[in-house]
Amino acid sequence: MITAAFANQIINLFAAVMLLLAFAMLAQRRVLSLIDLFAMQGLVLTLSTGFVAYTTGQTHLWFSAGITFALKVVLLPWILYRLIRQLDVKWDVEGLINIPTTMLIGIVLVILSFNVALPISQIAGTITKGTLGIALASVLLAFLMMITRSKAVPQVIGFLAMENGLFFAATAATYGMPMVVELGIALDVLVGVVILGVFFFQIRERFDSLDIRHLEKLKEE
Amino acid sequence: MISWSGVVAQVTELALAVLLAPLLTGWVNQCRAWLQNKSGPGLLRPYRTIRKLFAKDAVIATNASAVFRTAPYVVFACMLVAAAIVPTLATDLPFSIAADAIALVGIFALARVFISLAAMDVGTAFGSLGARREMMIGFLAEPALLMVLFTASLISQSTSLATTVERLARMEFAIFPSLAFAGVAFTMVSLAENARIPVDNPATHLELTMIHEAMVLEYSARHLALIEWAASLKLFVYSCIGISIFFPFGISQGGDPLGFAYALPALVFKLAVGGALLAVIETVSAKMRIFRAPEFLGTAFMLAVLALLIHALLET
Amino acid sequence: MSLVPLPSVLLLACAWLALGVIGLARARSLTLVAKVLFPAGAAIGLAVAAVALMAIASPPTETVLPLGLPDLPFHFRLDSLSAFFLAILGLVSAGVSTFAAGYLRKGEGTPPGLQCLYYHVFLASMALVLVADDAYAFMVMWETMALSSFFLVTSDHRIAEIRRAGYLYLLIAHIGALSILLCFGVLQGGTGDYTFANMRAQSLPPFWATIGFLLALLGFGAKAGILPLHVWLPEAHPAAPSPVSALMSAVMLKTAVYGLLRVTFDLLHAQVWWWGVLALAIGLATALFGVVFSAVQSDMKRLLAYSSIENIGFIVVGFGLTVTFQAYEMRSLAALALTATLYHCLNHAYFKSLLFLATGSVLHATKERALGKLGGLIHKMPWVAWLALVGALAIAGLPPLNGFVSEWLLLQAFLFTPGLPDGYLNMFIPVAAAAVALAAALSGYVMVKFYGVIFLGQPREERLTEAHDAGPWERVGLVWLAAGCVTLGVVPVQVISLIDHVTGPLVGRTLAETATGSWLLLAPIETDRASYSPLVVLLGIVVATFAVWFAVRRVYHGRVRRAPAWDCGFPLQTPRMQDTAEGFGMPVRHVFEPFFRMTRELPSPFDRAPRYRVIVEDHLWHWCYLPVARWVERLTAIVAVLQRGRISVYLTYSFVTLLLLLLFVR
Repeated sequence: MITAAFANQIINLFAAVMLLLAFAMLAQRRVLSLIDLFAMQGLVLTLSTGFVAYTTGQTHLWFSAGITFALKVVLLPWILYRLIRQLDVKWDVEGLINIPTTMLIGIVLVILSFNVALPISQIAGTITKGTLGIALASVLLAFLMMITRSKAVPQVIGFLAMENGLFFAATAATYGMPMVVELGIALDVLVGVVILGVFFFQIRERFDSLDIRHLEKLKEE
Repeated sequence: MISWSGVVAQVTELALAVLLAPLLTGWVNQCRAWLQNKSGPGLLRPYRTIRKLFAKDAVIATNASAVFRTAPYVVFACMLVAAAIVPTLATDLPFSIAADAIALVGIFALARVFISLAAMDVGTAFGSLGARREMMIGFLAEPALLMVLFTASLISQSTSLATTVERLARMEFAIFPSLAFAGVAFTMVSLAENARIPVDNPATHLELTMIHEAMVLEYSARHLALIEWAASLKLFVYSCIGISIFFPFGISQGGDPLGFAYALPALVFKLAVGGALLAVIETVSAKMRIFRAPEFLGTAFMLAVLALLIHALLET
Repeated sequence: MSLVPLPSVLLLACAWLALGVIGLARARSLTLVAKVLFPAGAAIGLAVAAVALMAIASPPTETVLPLGLPDLPFHFRLDSLSAFFLAILGLVSAGVSTFAAGYLRKGEGTPPGLQCLYYHVFLASMALVLVADDAYAFMVMWETMALSSFFLVTSDHRIAEIRRAGYLYLLIAHIGALSILLCFGVLQGGTGDYTFANMRAQSLPPFWATIGFLLALLGFGAKAGILPLHVWLPEAHPAAPSPVSALMSAVMLKTAVYGLLRVTFDLLHAQVWWWGVLALAIGLATALFGVVFSAVQSDMKRLLAYSSIENIGFIVVGFGLTVTFQAYEMRSLAALALTATLYHCLNHAYFKSLLFLATGSVLHATKERALGKLGGLIHKMPWVAWLALVGALAIAGLPPLNGFVSEWLLLQAFLFTPGLPDGYLNMFIPVAAAAVALAAALSGYVMVKFYGVIFLGQPREERLTEAHDAGPWERVGLVWLAAGCVTLGVVPVQVISLIDHVTGPLVGRTLAETATGSWLLLAPIETDRASYSPLVVLLGIVVATFAVWFAVRRVYHGRVRRAPAWDCGFPLQTPRMQDTAEGFGMPVRHVFEPFFRMTRELPSPFDRAPRYRVIVEDHLWHWCYLPVARWVERLTAIVAVLQRGRISVYLTYSFVTLLLLLLFVR
């Protein structure tokens, strides 16, 4: 059997890898690699959920691990890959801010989220000190990624990565949400991506590009 | 206080580093050739190159000063000192208390400054271009390396590399997420510092891309041999730093000869795997244009800082 | 020995003044001034250093001199802190004065005798600032120091740019002095007694203590050149003659550090942790700013001036760290950080004066300050070049020279910060350590640029081939300072045992109490934790170099052929194809673009004589100074209405004022 201390260490490791992947996404220019990183994050999420399921013996977590795998490692990356092929947008995307600066802001966000999460995780008690902070940081970093990219596809990936962070917080910090909620969120994400995919085609038809800076023209003069 | 076994370990290690370093370079080149479906120059090519170079007459540019002529020796000496600090086989190294991780970074910097000055000494366009680029790589890689070493130092509560490695090797199984960050940062830094793809290409003489080669263009014969050898040594030392911090298992602690016998094959095995991985990285990635390099290294630097932060957050 | 330290220091300061007066009496005699007075000044400097080194270990001594105003005698006191900075002054000024003996020339602005006066008054006032023990004496000496250095800066007063630099310097020096004066006003706590003894006895409420600290930071910071009060430094340092730049950078900036330490640790007892964090943040910003700007300079003295800003940044970082540790009662760490700070003061004094003097020699030999017109001087000026190499390596923080020791200590202080009680602070510290490491690495870049462009490569101008090496006096001065750089780098344990006398009274703990090393091994906390032995490293490198050289010689014939440079087979090679200073700074300009305010002038492809120009400016100048200047101008425009230019109007003003005053006192 696994000791509690060892379990904590493993969860911490997963958390750190989550954060590492979040930073890798922040630093990545290529859209295809971004999808790969997203899939990897999904994989880490699956593993950590499975691990929590194993150590706590909660059966419904096995299901959510399965759903995570199917949705975030297989289905969504596949959809995104297809989208990119159809839209032909696989070239590099320049960020609005250069990468080291973005990462510096990211570091500030990490510091901030840890200090914000500290009191909560002290109340919770079920989890190791930093996990919640890292989950929050992943959410914020994904948000930052959405802000700094000017193309539509990376923004959607950022949106999905945000959900990953939330999900990680849910499993690692509170040992999962009720099954119904989880299924609902999974469906939401899926529908969201499908709708956004339709959106992409609309944007491109209108502007001949997926650069969302074009949307600025839509405002009333 | 200095034990005999320590001295033996020190001398063996140093001799091993000097003798084995070209082999490692040969191995990496060979692996690269295999991965690219070429037959490759053979494992012993670097040795033959060095021997050939030593036998030639040195040609020195007319207006080269003494800086140019001493630099190869100083650089080689710096690499020797660095090799003496980094534990490869054993952690009981008498010399390692004289210089810790910070001093190690300083010694690398000393070598870098000397080679850059030597490159500027002849006063050619390529020389100064190479020096400038090398220093640019340096000012980002150096602090990143320092932060990586600091992460290990904080975990082990010591900046002495030998002590760090000993404590890391001795720790009961514990996972340090910060080392994951540090490991990624370290890999990036070592690629840049050893003039490998994606930052520099060791096999090119194309003016737009070269960094290290541009600096040593004017060197020939024994000077060039020393510089090549020093470059191999640097790769060797960097590999050993990586191995001993991130995979310290199997290193001999204290002066026990049995551990020594066990540590040598372990080291060779780890180096072989590391070299092969380096070849894989070099094969699958493309050379960046020069001003992507600061971004690459900036990322490495930020990751190393994050490693420190993660340590402060998760592991205390 | 019966020699009493404090009176000897006062006497020696008077001797400096006397030298100045003699110089004034024989103002036109270059031989007397250069060959007698300046060497005598150097000897006095050595004597000051000797007295200070003796006094550093002895208990404080005080004296009162009935000088100045009738009811305000001058109080003087010599304790270990003063003695430490006096030692810096003495040791460095010995080298600088010797150099100046060979450096003075006829026909460079101010006559030599007058320069001799300013120079020695400057030295004496710095010595007296360091031993002053009441606010009155301190301010008098402080202002004397500012004024004498102003006259030294403007000794080439025929050039408008230099006058402008001097004006800016004087302006900021006075803003600083005002702030220091206010600080003393706060510190005396309403008692009206301005002696330091009284200030020490006061225990101010935290609010007033904070006000006092902030005023001191502002006032001394203006003198030290911390952000954003640094603007005078890159103007004034290049304008002054090289020995003066050396003294200003090496010693005068340190008097500001002295003041900061004196006020914070000696006079103010209540310390708040965020003072330290504030200083730390300012120091980091200053260090990064300084080094990034020095990397893009194309004037060698400006480059060094920015590098001084960087080093002051390091010192302030160490100071901030000390205050933070002290506030949290982590005394041994405070001692470590303070030792690093003081050590860096000493180091910077040595290598910066060495480099400034080297630029002085280059300037005299070539009449050229722009890096873009130098090059290849190592062949013509071997003495200066090799000694400057020592300074350049030292300032780049490379082992085994002295710059590395203080950086090592500072990083150690950062590294072993065991759980400060504040969460945010705990995470800020690693980030700060990273910034320090970045600035230190960048200084290596700067020094390769500085050294490589001036001394290496091919001469970029024809007439550089006529350059001559420094004279014997200059060589002695340079050798003295270079030897200091090496010594300080190699025997840190002995130097630290001296510094311990200073840290003990200030933070209540010394490194000796925790150190476990031996005379050879520097180990501030435990040998297990961190140790460094520069002598062994030096020996290692030297032995390895010679062993390799010898081995190569044994196995190999050693034949050398000289040939034109190959350069990848490019046929045409002119010296103008080497990197210029601008070219060498280009990567830094590129990477740190947001730091600079750049205006570029790019040639079009059809230009007959294409010309590329880039002007790099400071954002702060445009954000802080110009708005203030405009605002002041507008205000004065309003006041100018009063200026009528007629005597009767002015008389009316006086008359009205008189009437109002009479009504007021009625």
